[in-house]
Amino acid sequence: MDLTNEDVADVLALLDSLPYDELDLQTTRFRLILRRTPDGWTQSAQVLSAPNPIATTTDDAGQARAGQTGEVSGAGGVEGEAGGATAGLVAVRAPLPGTFYRAPRPGAPPFVEVGSQVSADTVIGIVETMKLMNSVPADAAGTVAEICVANAEFAAQGTTLLLIRADP
Amino acid sequence: MIIRRVLVANRGEIAVRVLRTCRRLGIETVLAVAGADADSVPARLADHTIRIVPGGGAAGLAAAYLNVEAVVDAAAAAGADAIHPGYGFLAENPRFARACEAAGIVFIGPGAEVLEAAGDKLAARRHAAAAGVPVLPGGLVTAEAGEVAGRIGYPVLVKAAGGGGGRGLRVVGDPGQLSGAVTMASAEADAAFGDPRVYLERYVSRARHVEVQLLGDGENVIHLGDRECSVQRRYQKVVEEAPAPRLGETLRVSMRAAAVALGLHLKYQGLGTVEFVVDTEREAFYFLEVNARIQVEHPVTEMVTGLDLVAEQIAIAEGRGLRRSQASVSFGGHAIECRINAEDPADGFRPSPGTVAGAAFPAGPGIRVDTHVQAGSAVPPQYDSLLAKLVVSGADRPEALRRLRSALARCRIDGVATNLAMHRALAADEEFAAGGVDTSYLTRWVQREPPSVRAEIHG
Repeated sequence: MDLTNEDVADVLALLDSLPYDELDLQTTRFRLILRRTPDGWTQSAQVLSAPNPIATTTDDAGQARAGQTGEVSGAGGVEGEAGGATAGLVAVRAPLPGTFYRAPRPGAPPFVEVGSQVSADTVIGIVETMKLMNSVPADAAGTVAEICVANAEFAAQGTTLLLIRADP
Repeated sequence: MIIRRVLVANRGEIAVRVLRTCRRLGIETVLAVAGADADSVPARLADHTIRIVPGGGAAGLAAAYLNVEAVVDAAAAAGADAIHPGYGFLAENPRFARACEAAGIVFIGPGAEVLEAAGDKLAARRHAAAAGVPVLPGGLVTAEAGEVAGRIGYPVLVKAAGGGGGRGLRVVGDPGQLSGAVTMASAEADAAFGDPRVYLERYVSRARHVEVQLLGDGENVIHLGDRECSVQRRYQKVVEEAPAPRLGETLRVSMRAAAVALGLHLKYQGLGTVEFVVDTEREAFYFLEVNARIQVEHPVTEMVTGLDLVAEQIAIAEGRGLRRSQASVSFGGHAIECRINAEDPADGFRPSPGTVAGAAFPAGPGIRVDTHVQAGSAVPPQYDSLLAKLVVSGADRPEALRRLRSALARCRIDGVATNLAMHRALAADEEFAAGGVDTSYLTRWVQREPPSVRAEIHG
C-alpha cells in the first residue's frame, strides 16, 4: 500500500471538517476504513495487491518440499493419538505449536529415551514457540514407550510428542 | 554508488518499515520470504518477493532468515545491489556482512570488524574502556571466579560474552552460589551462542536502561539523542520513549558524549546504539553494549528528530557520508512506543500464535502505527511475537501520555491474545506517568496488577 501515516493524516484533516463518521475507501491495491469514535479516529487497512514472486529454478521445488514436510509432521500427530487410544498409553502433547527439542542444548544427551523412567514432573523436552522455550513435563509416571516427533521437528499444538506406558 | 534494488532480508513490521522508506526513495524492493510469509503484508507491499530455500520443512522456517548462503543467493538471484537486514536474524552477523561483500552486494549496516567488536561483549567492554567510557567493575571468568567476584563485591551479574537478549544472564547474591551460576550461565551461553565464555560485572540493583542513538560515516559520528528503555520484562523491552524522562542534564550530556566517543573510537559507519545502565542510587552511568543495527524502538527517535533513520542508513551505505552535523539535529517534543505482542499477560505471558481475525488502530495527529498485521494475517509460532508498535508523540511528556491513553483505547486486534490490556493499565499507572522507573518496575507491576489486567481482558 502506498498510503503512509502522512497520507492518512491528510485524509483525516479533510474528514474532520465533514459530517461523516466513516470512510470506506477501496482501490485495486488497498482498502482503508476510517471510523470516528468518541476517542478519535480509528483506521483499518487491508493491503489487497498480490505478492509478485520472482521465478527461480528452486522456487517450486522448495515450496513443494516445505508443504510436504508440514503434512508429514501433521500425520505423525494423528498416528500418535491412535496409538495412545488403543494400547493404554498416555500421550504427552505439545502445549503450544513450535519446534520440539529433545535435549537441553545441541549435542547434549536427550532428556529421555525409549525405556526411560519418568515421573509427572520429569521434563521430556522443550517446545520453542515465538522464541520462548517451554519445558514439557511428562505429566504421568511410567516408562517412555515411543518418541513420536524427532528432534528439531515442528509440532502443531496438541501433537503427540511421545507416549508413556503408565505405571499401574 | 547509488542503490537501485534492495533485498529486504527480514519479515514482520521491520520489513514493512524498510519497504516504506525504499518506496519513498524510489528504490526497487525485493522481499526475501519463507513459508507463509510469501503471502504476508510486507510480501504484498514489496515490488517483488523471492523465496529463501533453506530446506528443513516447518522447523526449517525458523532458520530460513538466518541462513547466510540462502539469503545471499536470493539477493544475487534477485539482482539486488544491497541487502537491508532489519534487526535480529542476520543483522549483526559478521560472516553475513563478509558474504555480502564477497558477492559484490552492499550490506546496509556497519562493517564486519565493527560487528565483531560489538558482538563480543567482552571486546566491546574493552573498546568502551579504551574510549574513556565508564564500564562497571568486572572481568572474564577464568579459573578463579571467586577472586574476580570478591574484587567487584556482591551481588554480581554473570554475563555471556557472546550474549544478548538476556540469555546466560544470572544475578549472584553470595559467594556460595557463584560457581553453580557460572557453570549454568556458561552452558546456556554455549548452547545459545556457541561461546561458553562468561564474565562478571557488578550488579546494579536500582538500574535504568538508557541508550544513545548514533549515526556515523566511518570518520564522523553524531548522536540522535537518547531513549529510555527501562520498562522491560525478562530483559525484553516493552515500552520505550525519547527523550529519557527525569534524567539529570549533566548525566544526559555526558552519556551522549560518551556514546559519540565510543563511536569515533570504533570508526563507526552506519546506524548504531550504545546502551547504558544508569545506577539511580549513584547517579552514574556505565557501558552495557553496542547494538550495531536499526532497533525496534527507533521510531521514538524519528518522532523527536523528524529524521528517517532507514533513509540515513541507506545514505551511509551508498557512501555519501554524514548528511548533517550535530548542530543541525534538533530535538522537539516527547515520543512513547508500546510493543504490542501476541502474548497473554493474564496467562503468564504465554505466546499466542494463530491468525489475526481483524485489526483496527488509532489514527490522528501524533500517532504512528508500525505493523505487518491485518485481517487474515498469519502469526506463526516460529518467529517473535511482535504484532505492532504504537508510537505517539506530543509537545511534552504529559501530552504524549494523554495521547497514548486515547490511542490505546482505540487499538483492537482480534483472533490472537495480545498484551494490549497490559499497555492500557500501564499507561494509566501513576508510577509510570511520573517517569524514570527502573528496570524492575514492570515485573513488580505485573505481580501487583494481574487481577485487573485479567478483568479487563475477559470483562
